[in-house]
This record gives sequence, C-alpha cells and structure tokens, in this order.
Amino acid sequence: MQDELKKLLEEARAAIPAIASMEEADSVRVRYLGKKSKLTEILRSMGKLSHEEKKSLGQAANQAREEIETLLNDKMKDIKVKMMDDKLNRERVDITEPGRRTVIGTPHIITITLEEISDVFRSMGYSVVEGSEVDTVYYNFDALNAPKAHPSRDMTDTFYFSEDVLLRTQTSPMQVRIMENTTPPIKAVVPGRCFRCDAPDATHSPMFHQVEGIVVDEGITMADLKGTLATFAKLMFGPDTKIKFRPHHFPFTEPSGEVDVSCFKCGGKGCSMCKGSGWIEILGCGMIHPNVLKAGGIDPEKYSGFAFGMGAERIALLKHEIDDIRLLYENDMRFINQFK
Amino acid sequence: MLVPIEWIKDYVNIDGIEPDEYCPKMIMSGSNLDTYEYFGKEIENVVIGKTLLVEKHPNADKLSVCQVDVGREKPVQIVTGAPNVAENAYFPVALDGSRIPGPLHGKPKEEGGTVLHSTEFRGVKSEGMFCSCGELGFDDKVVPVAVKEGIWRLEGEYTPGENIIDALGLNSYCIDFEITPNRPDCLAMLGMARETAATFSKKVNYPDTSSKALGGGNATDYLSVEIKRPDLCPRYTARVIKDVVIKQSPWWLQKRLMFAGMRPINNIVDITNFVMLEYGQPLHAFDIRTVAGNKIVVNTASKGDIFRTLDNKERELDDDILMINDAEKPIGIAGIMGGLNSEIEVDTNTIVLESANFFCDNIRSSSKKLGLRTEASSRYEKGIDPNLCEVAANRVCHLIELIGAGTVVPGAIDVYPNKVEAQAYPVRVSRMNAINGIDLSREEMVCILERLEMEVAGEGDIMLVKPPTVRRDLSIEVDFAEEIARIYGYDKLPDTTPKMNTVSEISQSWRLRQITRQCMSAMGANEIQTYSFVSPKSVANIRVPEGSWEYNMLKLLNPLGEDTSAMRTVLTPNMLEVLGRNYSRNISAVRAYEIGNVFKPDPSDMDHTLPQESLSMSIGLYGKDEDFFTLKGMIEDLFEMLGIEGAEFVRESDYATYHPGRCARIYVGGIYLGIMGEIHPEVAELYGLSVRCYSAELLFAEMEKLSNIEKIYHPIPKFPALERDIAVVVDEETEVNEIKKAAAEAGGELLDSIELFDIYRGAQVGDGKKSLAFSLSYRSYERTLSDEEVQEDHARILKVLAERYNAVLREV
Repeated sequence: MQDELKKLLEEARAAIPAIASMEEADSVRVRYLGKKSKLTEILRSMGKLSHEEKKSLGQAANQAREEIETLLNDKMKDIKVKMMDDKLNRERVDITEPGRRTVIGTPHIITITLEEISDVFRSMGYSVVEGSEVDTVYYNFDALNAPKAHPSRDMTDTFYFSEDVLLRTQTSPMQVRIMENTTPPIKAVVPGRCFRCDAPDATHSPMFHQVEGIVVDEGITMADLKGTLATFAKLMFGPDTKIKFRPHHFPFTEPSGEVDVSCFKCGGKGCSMCKGSGWIEILGCGMIHPNVLKAGGIDPEKYSGFAFGMGAERIALLKHEIDDIRLLYENDMRFINQFK
Repeated sequence: MLVPIEWIKDYVNIDGIEPDEYCPKMIMSGSNLDTYEYFGKEIENVVIGKTLLVEKHPNADKLSVCQVDVGREKPVQIVTGAPNVAENAYFPVALDGSRIPGPLHGKPKEEGGTVLHSTEFRGVKSEGMFCSCGELGFDDKVVPVAVKEGIWRLEGEYTPGENIIDALGLNSYCIDFEITPNRPDCLAMLGMARETAATFSKKVNYPDTSSKALGGGNATDYLSVEIKRPDLCPRYTARVIKDVVIKQSPWWLQKRLMFAGMRPINNIVDITNFVMLEYGQPLHAFDIRTVAGNKIVVNTASKGDIFRTLDNKERELDDDILMINDAEKPIGIAGIMGGLNSEIEVDTNTIVLESANFFCDNIRSSSKKLGLRTEASSRYEKGIDPNLCEVAANRVCHLIELIGAGTVVPGAIDVYPNKVEAQAYPVRVSRMNAINGIDLSREEMVCILERLEMEVAGEGDIMLVKPPTVRRDLSIEVDFAEEIARIYGYDKLPDTTPKMNTVSEISQSWRLRQITRQCMSAMGANEIQTYSFVSPKSVANIRVPEGSWEYNMLKLLNPLGEDTSAMRTVLTPNMLEVLGRNYSRNISAVRAYEIGNVFKPDPSDMDHTLPQESLSMSIGLYGKDEDFFTLKGMIEDLFEMLGIEGAEFVRESDYATYHPGRCARIYVGGIYLGIMGEIHPEVAELYGLSVRCYSAELLFAEMEKLSNIEKIYHPIPKFPALERDIAVVVDEETEVNEIKKAAAEAGGELLDSIELFDIYRGAQVGDGKKSLAFSLSYRSYERTLSDEEVQEDHARILKVLAERYNAVLREV
C-alpha cells in the first residue's frame, strides 16, 4: 500500500507541473484527491490494517494529500496569475487613439471680460448693479454735467428715440440713479451695453460694453482713486502691471484722469500693440463733479466720490489680441470656441 | 494739434530738454500725445542745388538737361521732367546714393525711404534728382501752393551744396497733442507754450505785437463797424493795411505753417494763419474795395438768403446765421468763411483785417446747418477769449511790417461793448488737499497756480485765484483742484484705497445668469451676443402672427440703417441669423444661446417714458445629433439647475415660426415661460438654413421669479425600490405624457416614479401603434417592499391604462 501511495505521489508530482488551465487543475484534483481517487481508495481500505500500519499509512497518506494539495494550489495560483497577465496583455490599447470628448460650450468673450472685471471689483467690496439700455437725456447727459452744446449729444453721435429718450452712450447714467437710490457709503460697479453712432469697422462698433465704477462716502480722495485703480490693474492684468495715471477731461468728473497700463504684450518695452509707447490706455476716471453729486441728491460739501469707466471690448481685444471688433458680434462658432 | 517744438522754443526756453523728457512730462501735466515725429529722418545726402543752365533734352521733348551747382568743382548734370525747372533757381538735389523719404512720383512709399542712384535718360546721364516737397516727406496738404506741381523751388538765397537739412532747418520734431474740449486755449502755440512753461517752471516770452504803422491817417478813416447782435458777436476789431504786395512768404514762415500742418498760400494769408496758430484767434482779410459804404455791419441773415462763399459754393442761410455785411450786402459768414465777393485779388491794394469774437454755440450750429466746417469755425465753436482780438490783430500788423507785405495804417476799429475781465475765485487750501488726498501748504499751491499765470490773493485757508481770461474752463473750486494736482503730478499722489466697510452684493438675476451660462456650457452650448437693435422686419421674417405685441417696437430716429433701426422684442430672429451665418460657413453643428434684453415700449407715452426692458433667452441648435428632444432636454436640464419645477410642455401647432407638429409652449403652474420647437422649414430657408434647426425663446425674467436655488437635503432612501417594467401598446396619437399622468394618478402612494425608457414602432405592434416601455419604481421609506404589496397598485395602473387608452400589455 505504501508503494502504491508512493507511486501515486510520484504520478501526481509529475502531472501537476504539466497543468495548463484551471479546468485541468480541477480534473487533476478530482483524479488524485476526489472521492473516487486512488488516495481515497487507499484510505478506505485501511480498515483491514493493524493499528500501527493504520497509523503509519494514515500519516503517509495525509502527507501525500497535503503535498498534492500544496502543489495544486501553488500551480493554480500560478495559472491565475498567468491568466490575469494574459487577459491584461490582450486588453492593451493604442493609447494614441483620440480621447472620447464631451462637447463643452463657453460664455461669450465679452461676458467673460465683464465678469472678470466685475469679479476683481467684487473682491474689493463693490456690488454689481445693472441699468437699462434705454435711458433719458437727463440721466445720460444733463445730470452728468454735459454741456448743453456738447457734440456727443448730437444725432450724429447718439441714438435717439425722441427728444428725451435715447440709447445710453455710457454706463455713467447709473451714477446718478444709484446715488438717488442709495445713501452713502456707495461702492458699486455697473457692467452693461452702450451705444454710439459709429458705423461698424475693425475698431468701431455701434454697440459696445462698459463697466462703470462709483464710490461715494465722506473723505474720498483722488489718492483713493489712484490706489484703487492700481490695485485693479494688478488683479486684472497681473502683479507686474504698472499704471500711469495722467490728467484728462470729462464733464462729469473734476479732477479727471485717464489710466494707462504697461502693455500686456511687451511689458512696456514698446511693440505694435501699444504703438511703441509701452502703455495702453484702458479707462477714464475722476472725482465725481459736485454738480453730478447734487443731481444724485448728495451734498458735495459733506461727501465726495470717484467714478471710472472702461470699455470691455477694448480690454478684450487687447488682452486676447483680437484684431477686428466685428468678430465679437458675428458669433462665428470658430471664434467663440477659442475662449473656452 | 500739431506743435513744432521749434515754435514753442520761440516763447519758452527749453534748450537742453530732449523729446524723451519733454513728452512724458507734458503728458503728466495734462497734455496727452501719442508720438512725436522727426522731420529730416530718412533724408540723407540731399543738398541745395543751383541751376546754372537748363537745356532741352536732345531725344525727349518733355525732359530738360540741367547743369547744377552742388558746391563741387564742376556742376553735375541732372535730367528732369519737371515743368517748373528754371535757371538760377535753388532746388533740393538728391545726389547719387542719397536717401529720401518718398514716395517717388507714382510709386508706393517704401519703408525706411528710397535710395537713389545715377541713371541715364534716353542716352543722357543724370547724376541726381531734383526733389519735390512730397518726396522729401511733406504731406500733400502742406505743400506750398506755388510748388504744388513739380519740383520744390526754394524761396530765398542758399549756398549750393549745403545739406538740405541744415539749409532748411528740417532737423526738428513735431508733436501731435490731444487737446481736450475744455482747453480750446491750447489750440494755439502760445497755449502750449503756457503749458510747457508751467510744466518746466519757466516763463513765457510773449511775441512782439508792436508796429511802426507808417500808413498815415487812422483806420477809422477807412471803416466803421456796427454790431447789431452783440449777443452773437461780443467783439469786432479791425485794422487796415495798405500798399499790400501779395507774394510768397519767406521760408521761415512757410516752414512754421508746414510743420504745423497748414499749406503756405501767400504772405497775407500765411500771416493770418500763422497768428491764428499762434494765438488761437482766427483772422480774416478782405479787400476794402468790396466794402460798400466803408461800413461793416454784423447781423444775422434772413431766412432763405443765398450767399456765395470763398470756395465758390452757394449757401442757403437762415435767420440764426450771423453775417458780416457792408452797407449793402453780406460779404462773409461770420466766423466760418468769407465771401467770394470780398476775396483778395492780385491787384488788391488795401485790406481790412478782421479779428473778431463770435458766440461759440451760434457758430457751431451755423456750421452744422451749412455743412461747412473750417479752421476758423472749429476754433470759434469751442469758445475763444475776446481779449485776444486786439493783440492778434496787432501781431499780424507786426509781421506784415516784418516781411514787408504792406504798410500798416495807424489805429484800429474796436467794438467791444462788454469787456471780459479776469475774475477771482475763492479756493480753500484745505479743500484742495481733501479732494486730492495730499498735504500741500498754501505756499506750494500758490507757486503752482502762479506757474499757470494765475494771480493769487486772499489769506489763510482762502486763496482768491484769478486765472487769465484765456482759461475759460476754470469757474468752480474743484477746477482748481485739478490744476494743482496736475502740476503737482498725478504720479506723486499716494496710492490709497477708500476706508469703508462694504459688502459686495450681486442681484439674484446676475447669479442666475451665471448658473445658466455654466449649465449651458456643460451642455455644449456657446453663448452669443447680438445687437439690441434689429431690422423692424425681423419679427415678420420669423412669421410671428400679425398684430402680435412683438411688432410694437421702439424705433430709433437716427439709426445707422434699416437693419439696426428698432429695439428687439424677441431674440429668435438674431439667433436664426447667427445659425444661418455659421451654416453658410460650413460649420456642421451649432449649439448656441443668448441672454439679453428685449424692449416693450410703453404705448401711452413712447416719447417720454422708458420702455420695459426684460431679459429673454434664446437657444438655437442644428446638427446631425439634434432633434426636438435634445432641445427639450437642454431646457429641462436648465430648469433643474435653476430649481424650476413642474414645467409642462403643451403642444402648439399653430405658431408659424415653428413646425406645426414639433412645437411646444412651456408653462409652470400656469405661468408662461416660453416656446420651443423645430423651426418651420420655410422660416429656416429664409435664414439660409437648409437643415433642420431647433430654437427656443424663453422668458428669462419669468424664469428668475420661479427659480429656487436654495438646495434642501432629502434623505437617501434606506430601503431598496421595487422596479417593475411594463410595455404597453397604444395608438400612435396617444401621448407619452397622458399615459404617465394616468399611471401616476392610478398608482397610489407607493409609486415613486414612472419613466419612459423605450418606444418601439414596427411590425410587431402594427401600423398606427407604438409600444411604450416604462419603468415603474415603487418605494417605501419605512420598509423593503414585497411583490405582493405592490401587486394591487400595479394591476390598477394597467387596468386604468387599458380602459382609458386601450393600452395592451406587451411582453417585455
């Protein structure tokens, strides 16, 4: 019996390494360890043997079973690993095939620009307020201290619906409307559409967008205006941006100024974008004229304030190197898609 | 305004200040400029040539062969086609290897100039070229009248061979200042000299206005002046010059004008232009022979009068237009243009020099009415100090004597009923510092104001500031704050920010638009922006039913064109235009949306009240993957993002913009939110879209009201749902929503949801039928449901569907 067992073990030892699949492994297990296997047969026939014989054969049989089981299990483990390897190998893909992409849209570049500007001022505590596109001569000109004979009032410059009603030429009418409705402190920006009688060409559009800013409180100064716009320029155009704050004239501010920022393309060295000057004009501003404060129902002896206004198209065009303003309102998808 | 720096140097000593210092400092003190430009650049090796001999070319009729002294041992030979070449005259000569700015006659301008070489013309050697004014870089509009055609024959005596740049003094630069409308006083060399002096702490040396006046008698013997409208003509000054000799001006005078952008014409005109540029005071000269009755009467015209101006055009006048008349007839339109009937002729002997002041608003409106804008009118319309009349007239007299253009008659006629005196304004030192955010002493402020030629009196906090009368822009306290700040230097102001506590707020509408854009981006849609004004035909183009409110549009009085003449009442026409444009450019698929204002006029009083502006939203799609339901799905997803619940899509089959079988109106709780559908093929065709396209117009303002973006957490169910799928065969006409609604009503409390997941049409269900597959989900929040528990509900649903819609259960 011992011999048989030995032979059996030898056989199993020879058979197991040749196993190539889990199925084969199963059948080998059945053959050597199953109910109808030789080993089971040997163990069953042990009843006739003496105690000593039983003991030694039993031990030997168990040892043989354990060895076969271990060998089998190891083999099966190997097979599993191999199978996994094979599977993974088969599943290799050409990673240079294109990715499957979701179509994602984008807001219009003017919306993006208006939001960028508004967000910068929001971070500085400004509220966002909007006004109407159609407004009155009073709010657009009279209340803003525009001289009665100012050329900008002409029908060659401003779109009119009647003697009193027009398309606003600037977001500034909201200065007076905000002051009428708010007691200082006032700190707001007004993004919105404006209109002027300019036939469309590469640099003109009859419709454009501005962002107006207004601050009114006790003790507001020109220095506050300058510091505010310097902060804005750095947040909007980058921390290295320099500003040039220089005198200018507007009827609704006094003192008035314009702000140039160091050219975002060349950084101030001079290039085609800044016409060699190194500077790009981006906004007009000033201390709100006492007549405008009065129109807004605010006492100019007690309060002072500043206002500024910038063109979103100008900033968008310069920042993104767009060479024709008409592209903005043609809405060609190949244009819009570039601002994702 | 073009300012030759040499001219400024006549009045202010800025020697040693180079342009790269001068320009930035002028910008910072308030005189903005883009660039400065050098004359003489791109001119190399061009010299003075004196023609010694001019002969006909042996082989060409139109050419001459000239022997020219260019300061060498021997004359050089030059062949020219210029008709105005003459012997013993001086011309600029470009020698072999020289460079000129160009452009050469009939050729485009070359970058960096053109290099010239010796050449041959029909067998005759030419060792150089005579240059025209234009070839040396002068703009056509400043070329002196005398040399407009042909080469540049120089006035005066020169040394042959001298470099042209030195001989003519071309090595100078010119600055184009941007003058703001509040500073008409700066439209003059003396104005810019004052700014220069203030900027560099210098003094202005005013020009000599004295004259010997050797003409005898007195101007009043020649002429009298009457102003009938002193409101429109505050001052009229005239001087008389006799024995006038009309000829070319000397080069120094021509050069000043040319550098400043004006064309030299003749000595008298040049001097009046020179003084206009110098003081900003327009002057006009006319022949005294033409002044009937030796009398000038300033008065308005009569409506319908016709007058022929210097440019030989007939002008129709009205009774607001101010005229210069003699005793019988008008001889000039005041401040705008003289009359042809009083023009100076070659044989003119005695001239009247007018130096008058006219009311700016009147000149502006007259100039606009006449469609005639001149150097003079553009200055008058901005406002001029009447105190300049006399000094400018005297300066002309001085210059006439200086260049020997005539003999000045002593005395002047000066009608000036209300003299403008310099006024003092109270200005608080403390207020100046409070506005500017700086801390200057009174002394520092006084110093700045005095640099600007203002007188300062008063004491303590109060300064009594008296600006010169040319500074008509200064009238209230804050005006002086700007003067102080700009001369002190805006760049020296500290960078502070307002010390106030504010919280940034945005409107709900702003926030919802942000969410909408994010959502639309995620769904692959691009935002478009289109004009707020449209063609009034656009509403009819999309076939909005006649008589509908959309046709009531607010119309512009002065549109750029028909296409942009009315304020939009809907966004869809613009959307279709954009889809059409993209389609025509071969873009195969588009998803787009716009959020923008639409305008409803107040019909009761359109002239005085504002229209109602409200936000609308359009969505437009085309492309092979799009259909009615992709659009509907986008709207449903958007509504979910905006927290708009319970949207109902109601069939609309009678709105001509859309496909009659593929259009729905959208409601929430009975409130109308918009319309959507496939665009009617005929409408699409109109916009060049030969492809199915889909569009929606949503009332964004109404959506805002229904939106609820507050998110409240609902517990995630602890117990699994019991899913039952059914498929029912119904008539094609039966709508999914009917089945869903009926099932939901019949389903009872446990029915959690019912969703369509498949529609089948075909042989297996027969013609005119469709099979709708629904997934029904039963759920309890307290326990796991058993089949038995839902059996009854499920059976009831099937029964209701069978009874009401003849729905037959089909094996799934």
